[in-house]
Amino acid sequence: MSLLEVSGLHVWFDPPSAAEVHAVQGVSFALDAGERFGLVGESGCGKTTTILALMGLLPPNASAAGEVLLDGQNILAGGEESVQAYRWKDIAMVFQGAMNALNPVKKIGWQIAEPMAYHGVAQGAAARQRAGELLEMVGIPAAAGERYPHEFSGGMRQRAAIAMALACEPKILLADEPTTALDVMVQAQILELLTRLCAELGLALILVTHDLPVVAQVCERAAVMYAGEIVETGSTDALYHTPRHPYTRLLFAATPDLYGQDAVISIPGAPPRLDVAGAGCPFRPRCDVPLPRCVDEHPELRLVEPAHQAACHRNELVGAS
Amino acid sequence: MSENQGQARPAATEVAGTTAPQTPLLEVADLATYYPVRRGLTERLTRAPKLEVHAVDGVSFRLARGEMMALVGESGCGKTTTAQTILGMVKATSGAIRLNGTDIAQLDERQMRPLRRTLQMIYQDPYESLDPRFRVRESVEEPMLVHGIGGSRAQREQLAVEALERAGLSPARLFLDRFPHELSGGQRQRVAIAAALVLDPDLLLADEPVSMLDVSVRAGVLSLLDTLRRNGDMGILMITHDLSTAARFADRIAVMYLGRIVEHGPASDVVRNPQHPYTKALLSVVPKRDPRERATPQILSGETPNPVNVPAGCRFHPRCPVAEERCKLEDPQLRLPAGATSPAHQAACLLI
Repeated sequence: MSLLEVSGLHVWFDPPSAAEVHAVQGVSFALDAGERFGLVGESGCGKTTTILALMGLLPPNASAAGEVLLDGQNILAGGEESVQAYRWKDIAMVFQGAMNALNPVKKIGWQIAEPMAYHGVAQGAAARQRAGELLEMVGIPAAAGERYPHEFSGGMRQRAAIAMALACEPKILLADEPTTALDVMVQAQILELLTRLCAELGLALILVTHDLPVVAQVCERAAVMYAGEIVETGSTDALYHTPRHPYTRLLFAATPDLYGQDAVISIPGAPPRLDVAGAGCPFRPRCDVPLPRCVDEHPELRLVEPAHQAACHRNELVGAS
Repeated sequence: MSENQGQARPAATEVAGTTAPQTPLLEVADLATYYPVRRGLTERLTRAPKLEVHAVDGVSFRLARGEMMALVGESGCGKTTTAQTILGMVKATSGAIRLNGTDIAQLDERQMRPLRRTLQMIYQDPYESLDPRFRVRESVEEPMLVHGIGGSRAQREQLAVEALERAGLSPARLFLDRFPHELSGGQRQRVAIAAALVLDPDLLLADEPVSMLDVSVRAGVLSLLDTLRRNGDMGILMITHDLSTAARFADRIAVMYLGRIVEHGPASDVVRNPQHPYTKALLSVVPKRDPRERATPQILSGETPNPVNVPAGCRFHPRCPVAEERCKLEDPQLRLPAGATSPAHQAACLLI
């Protein structure tokens, strides 16, 4: 049994005076302790919504369905509010803009100690002591806990946000674009920190990003999302070297590489609307190798080789030949 | 759209940047832009020294027509201030900015206005740079009204259509009456590019032109810029923090650190044969697409220091992994490194 098993997760948004948006459409994946897993895709593909559902932090106009098993317990069983007992304690999250995630009028140390008191992990002096230790662990002197967020640089704020997420010793850390607003050198520092924490604490990491090279450098496995679905999942090595979904292949081709020699090509078109249920493969209008059946037959995620799944009809042709 | 994208650059373009026979399109010479630091009442009463942010501190380069140069560096290195100074949005403290041979560094607003047409800027965020209440037609025609070109309404529309087509929005007439919210990020950036193109500029400054766009459309916008400068006699100065993009699309790369260019040369030389320790470190931390290429990144500790107190000697020495005693004393100038394979390659390090 895996540490975390997500199966058939759906999320709908019900915007006022507009059609319902089916943002996450049956997402399933599993995560083991200490594993670093990437969730990759472009804006609007449902990657952030997926992890917000795991945290029970969806906005009020959203509804979620499906199964999220944490150590075998379905934490979504009582609706998304039932996640509350697990939030920060077992699953914690680092948000995209650390400046927005930190309270500007509270000292850093206080903010790290707060969830400990809330969840009964530690109180008072013990909590402050532990906050100092957490800061040291992420590479900030313990004394800096007496400072306010505006006195920190962008990289230090992101480190503090990671320390805050680790306050209640979670088993799983969700990181939503943790380095997107940061410079490359600071990005490297944060990615190195996350990798080290996974190894030292046995922490499982879900790294959500649009940046394929970041996932390639940090994660062992990843899932590529498109229009609310996982279209391919496997080892990052397999995704790059032997992609089995055209979207994965084209996304890598659209990403410039420092030493790459191949042409950088954009993917024509745009993702489909999620407020209209479409038949067939959601990627078909942008696909460079569509088949006739892609028009009305929706491809399911299937095993294409051990530990590698893709949702593309072309893989059945490969299997048949 | 896919032809001619990010191909390896011919070596011939090196010459353009160094020994151009005719007047270069843009020549920046020893440019400095300092911002005064605001002093509070206490500082003023105690006569605390006036402090200045040395945002740009002695930058020189040339850009030829048809050339794309990338100014690369971390936030706070002065790359955006350099562009703003060239545009005249910020006054240069000293130095020269010669556009087609005319020094524009000290021109006032009125003298600058006719020249503005020849240099246009594309901003990072097309969600912010387009007026949400303007139709595409108005966004693209407004620059013509400001500069009094285009003549009749029909002529302006014709020019707008041509600019939109050049920017890859085809058929342009379908886009004329749309609002920004009806367009995707990539399309918005193309409208912003079209609004710059209607003035037929000589120099295009592009500040992180794709960093707000989705990965799948970035290449399209970049190759549009690539095509524009290859087909016309326009020069493009691209400001970016993304070395992979710079390596792929620019002829030359200048790496900035704390207000100075510390390394400069043909893109392939800077990326494949870096000479300055800062460039080497920066390149080592760029994530690669292939998980098998996980090299050990050479992570520099800390962040770029405050440009108010620029370190003495080599400004990189406090973070430099190979700094020696003399690096604290002597300020290195750009020169041809011994290990360079191109005569156009320069780096500012005492140890090379």
